[in-house]
This record gives sequence, C-alpha cells and structure tokens, in this order.
Amino acid sequence: MDLDIAVILAKDGIVNGAIYALLGLAIVLVFSVTRVIMVPQGEFVTFGALTFAMLQAGRIPGTLLLLLIATGWGICSLLLDAVTGKARFSRSLLISALKSLIPAFMALVMIFAVDAPRRGPLIQILTTMVIVVPLGPLLYRVVYAPLASSSILVLLMVSVAVHLALESLGLLFFGAEGFRIPALFDFNLDLGGFFLPGPAVSVIVVAVVLMVLLSVGFGATIFGKALRATASNPTGARIVGIRADRAGSIAFTIAAFVGVLCGLLIGPVTTIYYDGGFLIALKGFVAAIIGGLSSYPLAVIGAISVGICESLASFYASAFKDAIVFALTLPILLWLSFRMPHREEG
Amino acid sequence: MSITALVRLFVCGMALSLGMPGMALADIKIGATVSATGPAASLGIPYRNTLTMLPKEIAGQKIDWIVLDDASDPTNAVKNARKLTSEDNVDVIFGANTSPIALALVDIASETKTPFFAMASSIRIVSPMDDKRQWVFKASQADALMVGAIVEHMAKSNVKTAGFIGANDAFGESFWSEFEPAATKAGIKIVASERFNRTDTSVTGQILKIVAAKPDAVFIAAVGTPAALPAIALKERGYTGLQYQGHAVLNADFLRIGGKALEGTFLPTGAMLIPEQLPDSNPIKKVALDYVTRYEAQFGAGTRATFGGHAYDSYLVFANAVPAALKVAKPGTPEFRKALRDEIEKSKDVVGSHGIFNITATDHIGLDNRARMIIQVKDGAWKLVQ
Repeated sequence: MDLDIAVILAKDGIVNGAIYALLGLAIVLVFSVTRVIMVPQGEFVTFGALTFAMLQAGRIPGTLLLLLIATGWGICSLLLDAVTGKARFSRSLLISALKSLIPAFMALVMIFAVDAPRRGPLIQILTTMVIVVPLGPLLYRVVYAPLASSSILVLLMVSVAVHLALESLGLLFFGAEGFRIPALFDFNLDLGGFFLPGPAVSVIVVAVVLMVLLSVGFGATIFGKALRATASNPTGARIVGIRADRAGSIAFTIAAFVGVLCGLLIGPVTTIYYDGGFLIALKGFVAAIIGGLSSYPLAVIGAISVGICESLASFYASAFKDAIVFALTLPILLWLSFRMPHREEG
Repeated sequence: MSITALVRLFVCGMALSLGMPGMALADIKIGATVSATGPAASLGIPYRNTLTMLPKEIAGQKIDWIVLDDASDPTNAVKNARKLTSEDNVDVIFGANTSPIALALVDIASETKTPFFAMASSIRIVSPMDDKRQWVFKASQADALMVGAIVEHMAKSNVKTAGFIGANDAFGESFWSEFEPAATKAGIKIVASERFNRTDTSVTGQILKIVAAKPDAVFIAAVGTPAALPAIALKERGYTGLQYQGHAVLNADFLRIGGKALEGTFLPTGAMLIPEQLPDSNPIKKVALDYVTRYEAQFGAGTRATFGGHAYDSYLVFANAVPAALKVAKPGTPEFRKALRDEIEKSKDVVGSHGIFNITATDHIGLDNRARMIIQVKDGAWKLVQ
C-alpha cells in the first residue's frame, strides 16, 4: 500500500461517500418529518437511472405507466375520502385533484409531444425528473398518509412492502440486465498529478451544493422550520396552522428528487440493475444511523467514513467488504443507546 | 325394446368404452422451477423462454408443462418442487438455474424418486455419485470442463502468473475451487484472489490490488452482466494482460454493458452460442443452429443465451429416453419415473445444442471436450478461436 494506491482508494471512498451522504440526507429528512424509514429510497435511484437509460436508448420507459396509474389511484383515493366523509367535498379538493394531474400530463407531453426519446440528454434528464420525482409525493399520498398516525414499526413494515413491490415493478419495466449511462461530462480534472474523472467531480459538486441547500433551507427559511416543527410535534404544528400531510408530501418530493439525482450521477460510473438500489440506499441508511436519524452534518460525516471504510475493506479483505461496512453500525448503535436518553414512543 | 332397456344398454356401452385399455393414457407432466425473477433472472428468463418453445407432444403422448417461478430463492424452489411432486405428480423436474437451488432440490428429487434435470454449474449436484444423486442429471457443462479449457489456453499463451476476481457467491466459489488446483497443476502462479458483489458500484480496491501484483492474465468469474464491472475497471487502470471470463456471461447484454473494455477477452462456451462459425461436419452445428434460429425468431435477433440451450438439451435427453420408458410403464406412476431415470442413464450420443451427451451411471452430465470451445470477443461479437 503506497501513497498512489492510498490516494486512489481515498478518492473512490469520497465519491461513494458523497452518494451515500445524499441518500442518508434524504432518509434523515423523510424520517424526521414523517417518521417513515425510507426503505424504497434505493428504488428512486434505480428508477431515475434506468428511466434515463431507456430514454437514451430511444424507448418509452415503463415508469411512465407507473406514474399514470399512481396518479389515477391518488385521485380515486382523494375522491373516495370525500365520498366516505373523511374529507369535505369542496372546491379545494377538486383543485388538489386537478393539480395532481399536472405531473402526469407534463410527462405525457414530454414523451409524446416533445418526443424525449429522440432528443438530447438535457431534455431527457428533465423528462426523467418529471416522470420519477412525482412518484414520491404520490407514494406518500397513496400509501403513507392514511397511516400517518401509526407506530414507526408499522410504517417500517409498510416501507419494506413498498420496496419489494417497486423492485418487482423495476424488473417488469427494465428487465433483469443492467444499463450504463454514458458520461455527461467527459473531462478529467487534474489535481496535482492525479486525475479525477468527470462523473466523480459532478457527484462531489452536486452533493456539496445539495447539502448546503438543505441545511440552509431547513435552518433559515420559514418553510424548513415548518417542516421541522411537523416532525417534532405534529399536533402542535397543526394547531399553529402547518399542514402535516403537505409537509409529508414535500419531504417525499425532496427525497425522490435526491434519489433521481443520485441515480443520474452514479449511472455513468457503474452498471445500474433493477435491484441494485437497495444496497446503495442501505449504506446511506448506515450513514443516517451514524447521524442518529436526526442530524444532517453527522449523517454526512458518517457517509464519508462509510465510503472510505468500504474502499479500504475492498482492498484488504474484499470478500468481507459488506460485512465490515454493516458491522460499523453496531458500535455506533451501542454508543448512541448509552448517550441518548431513553424516550417512549408517543 | 323398452326405454329402460335401451338406457341400460347405453350405459353399459359407455362403461365398456371408457374401461377399454389404451384409450385414456395419462399425460406426461413436466414440472419446472425457474428463476425468472430475482438476481438470477438473466439465467432464468432465457431458460423459461425456451421451455415455452418446446413441443407439447411426444411419442403420441400429450405433455403438460408446469412452469413455476422461484425468484432465485432456494426456499421458494423447494416449495415449488414439493408442489410439483406431490400435488401435480410430475414425471420429471426441470430448472434449478443456480447451484444453491439445485443442491436444495437434490433431496426432494431423491425423496420423491423423480428424475431431475438441473441447469446449475456446481459439480456437487451430481458428484460424488450416491443414492440421492442417482436421480439428478446436470444439463450444463461442469465448471471443471470450462475452467480446464481456460487453463489450457492460458498455458498455451505462456501465462506464468494469474489474478482471480470472483463474485462473492456460490458460482464464484465453485470456479475458484476449480481454478486454483488446475492453475497450480499447470504451473501458473496465482498472485491475487479477490471477491466482489453483484450489485457493487465500484471494484476499485480489488482491481488495484490485482494490478499491483502484475499478473500475466486475469480471470473474472461471475454470473451475468456484473462480470463486466471488473473488466471495465481493469481497462480504466490500463491493464494490458490477457483477460478471461467464465461461461455464465454469454449473452448480448454482457457485450452491451462491457463495451470496448471486453475487446480481446477469452471465454469458454458450448457450441450453442456460435453455431454459424462451426464447420458443417460438426454434428452439434445442426441442432444448435435449429434451436438458435427458432429462439431468435420468437424472441428477437441476438437474444440467444447459453442458459436457454441447457433447457433445450435437457429436453432432448429426456425426449430420447421417453419412448423406451413408455414401453415399461404409464406416465404418472413411480414405475414410469424409475424407467425414465434408467433410460436417461443409458443415453448414448444424444446430440444437443451444447455438445453430445453420453450419460453413464457414474457420469450424470455426459459432456466431453466437444462441448467446450474457446471464443474471443472481437469487434463486439463472439469469435471462435480454436
């Protein structure tokens, strides 16, 4: 192990760590606002990357069908709420039903009118965002919002079920074999003798920018503070006039956006399979645990250390790489359980 | 005659005709548990596609195909096999695309005394031959056969040191357990042995270790397109030695994912992948070409995969044994299954799409060196080398 190899491993670890940091942030965000452990986060990564890959190959991605079905289901459940009396049948209900049609309509326009499968990468990235990101809030509305007051354990079980369902849909839409996205930035950054390829640079840059935006957004804006209020005390937040389900929708939208972004960033670096997202998101979850599922800076530090640890483990003991990375959670959990006061789940 | 008498005559006539022997023989039932979803889907899907192409009738008997999906999970596969043998009373089991699944089903096949054609690669499925394994036949080439072809080629190319990177699963381990002794016996020193996972996003650490050891050749052993990842990483590191891959990557998606990084890689294969390049004198060519043409006509050009060929070969060996077994017993009976097993064990020179099968009591694979050849990736296509 000489300096050259150490530097390459460190670079690899930091790039992977940046991806895990983004996913860890999304998981912490969703958990802190809705108490849902976002097991399907990996599916947003794969759906984003594979939808883009399908568009690049000139085909209509199957996720469009999923978006249309989910939109229809969302509207039906909204109307059903009105019919059964859970919500008042008012003009605002109709307006929100119509508003939920917008993403599906835009997706159809992008695919058929603008003919995204035959256009350049920028339009295809936009189309991918339009198709996959709305799946986040739709997922929240259809699956999690009705269960908002359940315990964390029930929400976790539902998350696992959603993950399995989405993974199987991924196999149906994209097939068993993987895809690679051609690199969008084909340059090599020369940092004093060692090269950082374009995709790696974009990962780090995007990760840093997003982390800054999230911490500023949640710390300084009223909007972010409202979301945090919903997380710490849903009843109090409702009294003050903050809508809990809107907070949940926004959290899921951001999580989906981060997931799709991650998918587009790692697509050029590695082959994406329909079931590959789970393991990546799981390592992001390890990072989130290191952050105690509540602290963003700790989650980022945790993610970088997971990335570097994984890099070193793959060099020294490649057969046990994943075991070592996941075993990292044990001392962290022990330490957290001694340090944090024990609180009964309300 | 009175009405009652007429009715009685009619009923008697019906009873007689129904009771006549030879008028209503039971159908032959073939059960299959295939990994059409899950991590082994790239093996299971061509296998299942081939099953749908196979005849629905043989030797005057109708064939009932019952194909179940086990999602690459041995527990599901065991459940499927139990259902097939106890509820559906199948005469033979096909499938088992991965070694863990195949090994799990060996017990069920021997317990229910049902012949079982496994597709998976591990030699442990049929060896060492004992009471349990006498019901199990392996439709694909032994890992030892394929690894032998690779080591031979390495020795011929003056390779003195080799690196190995395998998938962290049963396939990778099986290949390692064959490669290590074979290479050592051929005088090739193994300087690095690494493992990686199917869904890994990078294998930088492993490849760095291998490249630092400067081997003459690197052998990558994994199933399906994940095997392209180490090849791409090797190219990025500027590795210029020889590259070899295992025989579980032989489909068009692998070439698509690996792209230029795969140029010049050597692989072992059966005849089924490249029948167009074989000489007409080769008896396997006709069978392989017929299969590949029909498969691609139905599922698209370039979709051929060796895994489908194993399904076809299982059927051919089975079909070769059916007429003789039918003379001994009726389908659906334990006697028929025993007769089937005995006949399959006597298979002589059955020409399949991968090779020619000569099965004996101790060798339940039956393939020889005619079932393996070395190909090379040239200009993004498979090219026969020998």
